[in-house]
Amino acid sequence: MTFMEVCGTHTVAIAKNGLRDVLPDSIRLLSGPGCPVCVTSNADIDTAIEFARQPGVIVTTFGDMMKVPGSRSSLSAEKADGRDVRIVYSPLDALALAGREPGKQVVFIGVGFETTAPLIAAGIKRAAESGLDNFSVYSAHKTVPAALGALVNDPEVAVEGLILPGHVSSIIGLEPYRFLAEEYSVPSVITGFEPVDVLQGVWMLAKQLTEGRAEIEIAYTRGVPAEGNPTARALIDEVFEPTDAEWRGIGVIPGTGLAIRDEFAAFDALKRVPVSPEPPKEIPGCQCGEVLRGVILPYECRLFARACTPEHPVGPCMVSSEGSCAAYYRYTDHGKS
Amino acid sequence: MCLAIPAQVTTVGANNMAEVDIMGVTRHVSLDLCPEAQAGDHVLVHAGFAIQVVDEEFAKETLDLLLQLDMFRPDGA
Repeated sequence: MTFMEVCGTHTVAIAKNGLRDVLPDSIRLLSGPGCPVCVTSNADIDTAIEFARQPGVIVTTFGDMMKVPGSRSSLSAEKADGRDVRIVYSPLDALALAGREPGKQVVFIGVGFETTAPLIAAGIKRAAESGLDNFSVYSAHKTVPAALGALVNDPEVAVEGLILPGHVSSIIGLEPYRFLAEEYSVPSVITGFEPVDVLQGVWMLAKQLTEGRAEIEIAYTRGVPAEGNPTARALIDEVFEPTDAEWRGIGVIPGTGLAIRDEFAAFDALKRVPVSPEPPKEIPGCQCGEVLRGVILPYECRLFARACTPEHPVGPCMVSSEGSCAAYYRYTDHGKS
Repeated sequence: MCLAIPAQVTTVGANNMAEVDIMGVTRHVSLDLCPEAQAGDHVLVHAGFAIQVVDEEFAKETLDLLLQLDMFRPDGA
């Protein structure tokens, strides 16, 4: 049985706790495109960097994005070159910074799935209500369900069950995944993050498969009500509209991006601080794309633990602490056994 | 990145902000996504926002699991 998780926190939980070793050989766990930083395209990272290069702009970002290489640089390298790039814990911190720095434009790099998108939407609404005119967001958010559809449709990807992300599901609930069971007959279980949670999710998937069922079930009932969080979803819908998004390694998936609606155009960084980055280019030799689709395991990449290590990462899957390559590097024997 | 940690709301203040207790640490979070949360409720906190109100028993279950991990021990041991 081959199951795939699509959440960076699951990637780390499985690797760190050695869960692959305690499962029977007949159960194989793959890591999919569950790390928002890892699936962010070079074009998006290049755009974030261009914002940092504009005079009078402060770029704010979650820490995970800093070291991720774009086509030619990273936010961290730009900061070392003297650009004003600051790590924030919450979009509220970026709003507060904008309040303290009225002479600067504060651009927040919005990266993340449905867990994060509603609170960026809330940040934009707060900026609108308080009349802030120097805060804007570059929205590189992505939504999960349609990407899972693209994955299970990919003939190169052989997945018999999906370990669904817990906190994305806290927001979207059970319904958006229904098509995976009904159209593609892929058993799927919304799973929590502790070792016992993951094992429970795997057990429920194995049970569905052996009983010939394909359903969407919730193992992580303590964090996910079936209806998700309707207030948060309403905020996403109010501020953003679906657009096409480019996923690293997968390509453009229609409707999986979130663009800022015209009503909130004043807070759209692309309109507030227009930039035109050079055309993106791929990182030579990096196989993050194949790793993200579960087509190869991290240690099967030519660069893994040779040219590409956490100290000198080449691709985003080694940079982000939640990336599959970083997790395999830190917590496994690199495929030796 | 989508990590969310259980916290207990201690007081609800102005502007939809609340003071919460996360294993002994006090933080200020927004209730924009959980306007129904009240003092005493347990919530999941992600990037400065409560994203879901959770059952007390279930929150304690997660906290107990977290406390088994060294990095979350309040005494830092």
